[in-house]
Amino acid sequence: MHVVVCIKQVPDTGDVKINPETNTLIREGVESIINPFDENALEAALVLKETSGATVTVMTMGPPQAESALRECMARGADDVILLSDRAFAGSDTWATSYALAQGIRTLEQKPDIILFGKQAIDGDTAQVGPGVAEFLDLPVITYVRKLEVEGETVQVERVFEDGYEKMEAPMPVVLTILKEMNVPRMASLRGRMKAKKAEIKTWTAEHIKADPKEIGLQGSPTKVVRIFTPPKKTGGVRIDGSHPLEAARALVEKLKEQKVV
Amino acid sequence: MQDAPLIIYADKCTGCSLCLKVCPFAALTLEPRANFDLPESRFKNIAVVNEACTACGACVEACKFEAMAIREIERTGGDDLTAYKGVWAFAEQRDGEIQDVVYELLSKGRELADKLQTELAAVLFGSHMKEKAAELTHWGADKVYLVDDPALAEYSTDNYSSTMADLIEKYKPEVVLAGATSIGRAFIPRVAIKAKTGLTADCTSLEIDDEQKMLLQTRPAFGGNIMATIICPNHRPQMATVRHKVLKKASPDASRSGEVIEEAPTLTQARTKIIEVLHEMGNTVNLAEADIIVSGGRGLGGPENFKMLEELAKELGAAVGASRAAVDADWIPAYHQVGQTGKTVCPKLYIACGISGAIQHLAGMSSSDTIIAINKDPDAPIFDIADIGIVGDIFEIVPMITKCLRDR
Repeated sequence: MHVVVCIKQVPDTGDVKINPETNTLIREGVESIINPFDENALEAALVLKETSGATVTVMTMGPPQAESALRECMARGADDVILLSDRAFAGSDTWATSYALAQGIRTLEQKPDIILFGKQAIDGDTAQVGPGVAEFLDLPVITYVRKLEVEGETVQVERVFEDGYEKMEAPMPVVLTILKEMNVPRMASLRGRMKAKKAEIKTWTAEHIKADPKEIGLQGSPTKVVRIFTPPKKTGGVRIDGSHPLEAARALVEKLKEQKVV
Repeated sequence: MQDAPLIIYADKCTGCSLCLKVCPFAALTLEPRANFDLPESRFKNIAVVNEACTACGACVEACKFEAMAIREIERTGGDDLTAYKGVWAFAEQRDGEIQDVVYELLSKGRELADKLQTELAAVLFGSHMKEKAAELTHWGADKVYLVDDPALAEYSTDNYSSTMADLIEKYKPEVVLAGATSIGRAFIPRVAIKAKTGLTADCTSLEIDDEQKMLLQTRPAFGGNIMATIICPNHRPQMATVRHKVLKKASPDASRSGEVIEEAPTLTQARTKIIEVLHEMGNTVNLAEADIIVSGGRGLGGPENFKMLEELAKELGAAVGASRAAVDADWIPAYHQVGQTGKTVCPKLYIACGISGAIQHLAGMSSSDTIIAINKDPDAPIFDIADIGIVGDIFEIVPMITKCLRDR
């Protein structure tokens, strides 16, 4: 069985701060991390490696710096890692990113049985690339998966929706997007780190994955960002001193009544 | 850099690094000019753009030396924009019930359609939905495209996406809106790929620009730290998903009527199979639907103290939420989690108890109508976005609020 995990290197959004003077994003000193949900997807793949002897390939599209994220995946136990990197990919929206990743997956020698994504990336939060890749590859997709088992040629999963979950089944090959609830990502072992440090990272260009230049990067992206701005700060909040709990509670309930909230 | 979406003029760049600081995507670096075949300059370094660039233009705006510009590329293969007319709202149903987000989409859709001087249509998939279809016209739809088929009673990503894509192909709407629900977010991306068009997830604002009549789609990114306005200039339809409760819904008008047009589904061999559906969470934790949420964080100190929040929640008819800290500590199950790695909510009232307000938490709840924060630390960031902040001990104050509400 071949499991492919698509990951994204993202800025740790918890560290991102706004410069109050210029109202712009401060990226300095912000660490690049593996998108947290992708770590759960990787962990799911590594569990399949242990339980079913699966081969795990990790793929990402990004600048050369994304190599460090791939080394981390290898250190945790991925068998192979591939970086799709080419200046021609720059400016890709979710359409063009889905296309490029699908082309990358098509280029793999061993066809995948399961393709895993985190449920979404924390920098963009779109959750569109997993289903997008499934569409390009004409594969079934199940989103928001919190439990995964492989039985013969099918996967049995639990898909979470707003107020419950569904037990579902799909034939392989299949694309799944993984929730945080599924598992706790492992740490890399020392031996894994040593191996990953020395490993050669395969870098594939647009040409290597036979990507149509018209379908990648800015040119292949139907959407265009026209403006980036920081959200206006909320003002006008009031404070209640809580040192007298009963009075504070009364004052609050009064205010809520005034505003007809309760 | 050839082909990069950003042009950096070597003769103007001073290597001041201002652009590096404003780039939301870490797409810029400083490199020694000596690394490139560049004419002599008194400046040592030059800004270099990498693949992470999304052409957002933040650097162009920040550059004091006019050293940057976004490359105007000729986008080929676009659609004939004039062939696309009308605004569509996807009318999601579950177990035959139209979801609330649909009425919000129709209210917004009506506004957009009026501005574009075009029609608003609802698109409804399901089984035995004729009556419900007619009711959608009360909410502003001029037309309802109904695909009534037993195969569509239950959601299926394959059948929904192929049916939707074929309807788009046939009728060519210029705008398609859908709820950013677990269903909308699963199949709409497939539709956008099939239709070769842009899709913007989780928009918080949708407007029509006056000049070009394009849909301006604004959404948060980077955990709500920045907002981006996105357009889809050359492809149609312009597609967007919107979360429940972000848009306001108008009132229904029973005197309105419209045409219900029945269409056949495009059924593929559905590859995924639902074996069992379990509604396990009930209304008490259905955060996305809740009008009031009482949420607890690290300040609660332990799982037993969530009982105090449950009592307040019961009094208010509220759902109970939690911060990541409380979930990570195993005090409460993960489906209660509010925030970037949990659920994004926008209730009428959000009461944060013992939550400091890490940016990831704020990203999940800051669009709530009214926010109340109770925390002993007067400097907690949650107070920055709170409408009413109480500085004090949650263990004393929360039970008092419950009591006051009970006595009211």
